[in-house]
Amino acid sequence: MKCYIGIDLGSTTTKAILMDDNMDVLGQGITNSRSNYDTAAAISKQEAMISTRFTLFHRAFEQISQLDGKVDDFLSGLERNFRLEQYLEQLKDLQDTSIGFADNPRFKDQKKAMVEALDATFAELEQAAVPMFAPGAERKSDFFRDIAGGQFMSTSERIAKEADLNYDVLLNVYDKAIIEVENRPPGGDLSGKFTRALDKLVTEAPEFNVGDAEISKPIQDALGVELEETFVVGTGYGRVRLPFPKDHIRSEILCHGLGAHMMYPETRTVLDIGGQDTKAIQVDGEGIVENFQMNDRCAAGCGRYLGYIADEMNMGVHELGPLASKATKVAKINSTCTVFAGAELRDRLALGEKREDVLAGLHRAIILRAMSIISRSGGVTDQFTFTGGVANNEAAVTELKKLIFENYGEVTINIDPDSIYTGALGGAAFALRAAEGDVTGAEEEQGAA
Amino acid sequence: MCADVSTDVIKDDSMLLQKKMIAGNYDKITSAPETGQKMVSTFVPGNINELIMCFDFANNLPEINALGNAMRKQSGSMISDAEKMGHSEDVCTYVKADLGMMAKGNIAPNGKPMPNPDMLMLSYTGCYTFLKWFELLREQYKCPTVMLHVPYEGDGKITKNMRDYVVKQLKEDVIPMMEEVSGVKFDIDRLREYMKASAKAEDDLVWVLKSAKNIRSPIDAYFGGVYYIGPIFGAFRGTEDAVDYYRMLRVEIEDRLAKGLGPVTPEGEMGEEKYRLVVEGPPNWTNFREFWKMFHEDGAVVVASSYSKVGGVYDYDGFRHDPQNPLESLAEYCMGCYTNRNLPDRTTMMADLVEEYQADGMLVNSIKSCNSFAAGELLMLREVEARTGKPCAFIETDLVDPRYFSPANVKNRLESYFQMIEQKRQSQAA
Repeated sequence: MKCYIGIDLGSTTTKAILMDDNMDVLGQGITNSRSNYDTAAAISKQEAMISTRFTLFHRAFEQISQLDGKVDDFLSGLERNFRLEQYLEQLKDLQDTSIGFADNPRFKDQKKAMVEALDATFAELEQAAVPMFAPGAERKSDFFRDIAGGQFMSTSERIAKEADLNYDVLLNVYDKAIIEVENRPPGGDLSGKFTRALDKLVTEAPEFNVGDAEISKPIQDALGVELEETFVVGTGYGRVRLPFPKDHIRSEILCHGLGAHMMYPETRTVLDIGGQDTKAIQVDGEGIVENFQMNDRCAAGCGRYLGYIADEMNMGVHELGPLASKATKVAKINSTCTVFAGAELRDRLALGEKREDVLAGLHRAIILRAMSIISRSGGVTDQFTFTGGVANNEAAVTELKKLIFENYGEVTINIDPDSIYTGALGGAAFALRAAEGDVTGAEEEQGAA
Repeated sequence: MCADVSTDVIKDDSMLLQKKMIAGNYDKITSAPETGQKMVSTFVPGNINELIMCFDFANNLPEINALGNAMRKQSGSMISDAEKMGHSEDVCTYVKADLGMMAKGNIAPNGKPMPNPDMLMLSYTGCYTFLKWFELLREQYKCPTVMLHVPYEGDGKITKNMRDYVVKQLKEDVIPMMEEVSGVKFDIDRLREYMKASAKAEDDLVWVLKSAKNIRSPIDAYFGGVYYIGPIFGAFRGTEDAVDYYRMLRVEIEDRLAKGLGPVTPEGEMGEEKYRLVVEGPPNWTNFREFWKMFHEDGAVVVASSYSKVGGVYDYDGFRHDPQNPLESLAEYCMGCYTNRNLPDRTTMMADLVEEYQADGMLVNSIKSCNSFAAGELLMLREVEARTGKPCAFIETDLVDPRYFSPANVKNRLESYFQMIEQKRQSQAA
């Protein structure tokens, strides 16, 4: 089957969207960019393909009477078990790689103890994995590094203490190993992992009758569908690193404009706040870019600003929005510089202002920066679509809504829960168009002598 | 406008000639202590070179020194020196590069120290910073300073009163002081002769600039343009050298046109012409070659630019230096410089250029430390967009401060702009 893939290589995360001939989105994938765009592109693409398999399963299962009303439960069970398989595979890789690093002359006196401690640690991590992927369990992140890293730290510290081993040596091999594991292209053998996931589901949920031919056949059929990479388009800051010819690369401005148009065809103004840049884009009724502006020379007011603030406050970046939403008043933060904002923040806190009020002020500061970029691009025309990672932050959205209303009156504001995929969606649409010979936006190689 | 010293750059004969002319001028300046020649420092816009030559002065242009130092990658440390001296980050970087150059011993590109000027000739043509700049230089050199106050074209036209006002200053302030400093008596016929040469060179320059109207332009009127305007904006307007240079340049471009060739870039012949742009604003000098490459490697050629008009507008409304009315025509020249025109006029000029040169749109290169240019540029962009229906875009760099050239950002925006033009074309064709 022909697949058209858009990959958006952002500064923080890399996103992929896979669509078919009919422009139906079949799969999406996301991973952290980890300053290795080749790997990030490969992983996000593989994730999009995995998610496509699930879409195909879904389509196949809808025909099966046995699963009436149970398709979603069945698929989420299958996905959980698949993710567990994936996690265990990477965990094993991390274990082997860590032990490999322990085989270093500088550890020669401790090697045996280290390997024992590592084996013990990973055995516990493996045990801990099963409940983490159990029905109803919540994981704090979907990225391997985030889950395994936290657990490794706490577990290995305890084990090192018990074994009277210097904890630093374990941390040392872990630090080296995680970088290697993270930057390794994703493991193949997807069907093996699907098969093992199905086996697990058999024991976990006998009510699905997974062993039944009526169910296993469509699974095998869906697994057998070849996903052909017909055309891949890359966008985002990492685009030049992609092993693509130039006509497979599109500007993120065009991709975001088209992606927003596809999500909300009445969109005329798009605001995208990503990790290190903020874009305001004006599009016409066809999703064609009319004008755009981006932040210049400074990334204050972008997603990273929030990351910095989160570090300053010793919080997770995803905890900022919910806390800021509890504010009863908005502290005035004047700074347009990320680092100075950190100083202002400490100053306000020292003066006794509440954390949530200060945070609300910081969110307002970000949106004020964005408002200036919007006005430079030509203002807001109904409808307005907000995309990028920061669109998932409710406190930022609240401030944005207020400021849009104050400046432009009643405007429809669209925010898609999957808005982080907007650029990749536009990229996939460009891939389909390019494959159809409509090279809108494509640039051919030319030989300047 | 021509001080690129990279060795592997492809150069035409006219460029080599220009290089020789400029080197000659620096030699003239630096050998002044031995030859006894007097030297005057002045600015590019409103540069009254013919009059300066009437008094046998050598002409030194601090803006050209600053941009030359930027192209030789020396402006960064000069700017930090000026900042150490107390000039803030937001001050015009030409000024800081010049002050930093002085702090480093005022060494000319030929490696010899520049003598102190005998006179500062300030033509005020729309840039308030020029005033402050020469105030600093006057403090430093303590030499005679004259200011030619050129009225701003606020109403978009030159009136008789305005012209008379400038001529009066030339007669009563500028010429007497030049006579006093140089010891040379003013001879208006000598001025007429120089102006004849100016007009001749200007005719050829205009022909060259207008050659970009051809689809498959033989020139780039921004990056290439800065070389073409070098002699006429600098110390050579009114000289036979300039007449020869523009004659040679015109023949070269005629030849390129006949052969159907595009512009020459530092990397060689440019490939296919895919985008035709009009550019507003000065170029970035610190990364000039890299900046140009971002255009030519994507097939973008600049067919007209406002920067090629900062030292005099010759193509747009047909101004020529007039030997019959030398002082009046010098006055009109000063008032007509691009920087001395108001925003509505600049906007109309840019919109007209987009139409006349069949451009795909207008790009603004907004200069961080030049408010004189940058104020109102977004407004101009919207207006040009509305009048021409062509897409416009905005990038930001600086003149000579290397800290403000961010290649990834600039390239990102340029690529987006080119693709936006392509997308627009496709949608209009559909």
